[in-house]
Amino acid sequence: MNQGQHSLADILRNDGGELTTRWLAAAGFERSQEAYASFAEEARGLLATLKSATAAGATRFDVDGTAWAGTRAALEALSAARAARGESAGTTSAFVLALKVALFEALPTTTDGPSLMRQVATLTQVVDGMAQWTVTTFQRTREDIISRQQEELLELSTPVIKLWDGVLAVPMIGTLDSNRTQVVMEALLQRIVDTEASLAIIDITGVPTVDTLVAQHLLKTVTAIRLMGADCIISGIRPQIAQTIVHLGIDLQGVRTKATLADALALALRQTGYTVSKAPVGARVAG
Amino acid sequence: MSSDREGSVPLRNEADIVASRQTVRGLAQRLKFSLVDQTKLITATSELSRNTVTYGGGGEMDWTIVERDGKSGIRLQFRDRGPGIPDLELALKDGWSSGRGMGLGLSGSKRLVHEFHIESAPGAGTCVSITRWK
Amino acid sequence: MNRIPILQMGTALLVTIQIDMEDQTALALQDDLVEKIAAKGASGVLIDISALEMVDSFIGRMLASISAIASVLDAKTVVVGMRPAVAITLVELGLSLHGVRTALNVARGMAMLQESPEASLRVE
Repeated sequence: MNQGQHSLADILRNDGGELTTRWLAAAGFERSQEAYASFAEEARGLLATLKSATAAGATRFDVDGTAWAGTRAALEALSAARAARGESAGTTSAFVLALKVALFEALPTTTDGPSLMRQVATLTQVVDGMAQWTVTTFQRTREDIISRQQEELLELSTPVIKLWDGVLAVPMIGTLDSNRTQVVMEALLQRIVDTEASLAIIDITGVPTVDTLVAQHLLKTVTAIRLMGADCIISGIRPQIAQTIVHLGIDLQGVRTKATLADALALALRQTGYTVSKAPVGARVAG
Repeated sequence: MSSDREGSVPLRNEADIVASRQTVRGLAQRLKFSLVDQTKLITATSELSRNTVTYGGGGEMDWTIVERDGKSGIRLQFRDRGPGIPDLELALKDGWSSGRGMGLGLSGSKRLVHEFHIESAPGAGTCVSITRWK
Repeated sequence: MNRIPILQMGTALLVTIQIDMEDQTALALQDDLVEKIAAKGASGVLIDISALEMVDSFIGRMLASISAIASVLDAKTVVVGMRPAVAITLVELGLSLHGVRTALNVARGMAMLQESPEASLRVE
């Protein structure tokens, strides 16, 4: 290697695969490990993006320039993969930082002191920048995973049930906050569209207290259902809740209410044109 | 465009109102906002863009992709150099109308976003800044 | 400017809004509809908004206006196909669309237009 040939671009251009090997070794991976091949693939991919960036003339890593867009994307993919596997931000960035060792080893030792220091500084800036980007996107991915899990949990805790053709029911259990109501509302409205339901019964038997705020959330849901062209009944109104509603002066705006889910279902069936009759004693029931 | 973190669109006429909605839709989709979040932000954009064009005499919408604690968000600023709003408190009340409007533009938009800030004074124009996080 | 086409089905007028409308397009639609209701003696108007990803206060006001004006001309209006995200946003925006009939889809909407006046469901 020539005296002047030790920029990052040069190192990458002259690399015949040794960089990957040294990088993985510095990161603590052994060839014998099962995952070695996939890590090596990842490393090669990253190095390729660095090669394009530096070949285009870039020397300082940044977070919004187009030159490093490929590298940033590769780091995001790396970060996401590690986050999904449950690894920590520290482990992931340590992997990226290990690249420094491989790069330093590729610097010619015959260079003069000051020039060598400059090159080390440049390489350090690039790899440090990459590691920082990895941590930033790692955090973002983790936040996304967590919020998605929370949503799934919320959805599971408030299932939308099809009671009958065109009649859906949502048993609300626990305290109703705005976040919870939002998730339920979205799920319920979508099910109404999917099943072409004409009626939704929101059962609040399991809701401990109804104050003005909770009533507001419920009323928003009812309004949205009606805007879409379906109807709504609120059931499960315990006597104490009925008293609270009147006491607080909450205006239910013409929403129909029933004390029990059973009453609500009876009303729903009547409204959708069904009659349920009991077969005479002793008669055989088909099915 | 796809890696830009900020930009600006003019708000001079009705076609620009539509364009601003489409710009915001693009941003919200790029950030993978949920459908409801997208719809809320686009609707707020429509209201505020219309205010800028109709009552502010035209202006622009500046957009920025913002980050906080690992979360991404979109910040929009609607500026005009129009007559300004004399009574902000009144304007932010539901049902207030300065013209043939229904009066929901400002107060309604406020409910659709996470952060809402308005600066306006007679003769000094108006700037409304809204932010919606993922 | 795009003009939204209005189709006639029996005594009903059918409008399908599929574009991101400019304000003047919405106003033109309102004018065209009112004119056609009177000209054809239509008894019903069905507005299909299932393709709309957004309904703001302007469009909301247009829908309410059309409904009110049609009513004066003795025609029933029904708005069909509102998307869940749109409904949620409209509620948050504070738009009530009082007096505007809604239905889940075109089939239900048409059925509603053919019903007797007392039987239809209104957003109160």
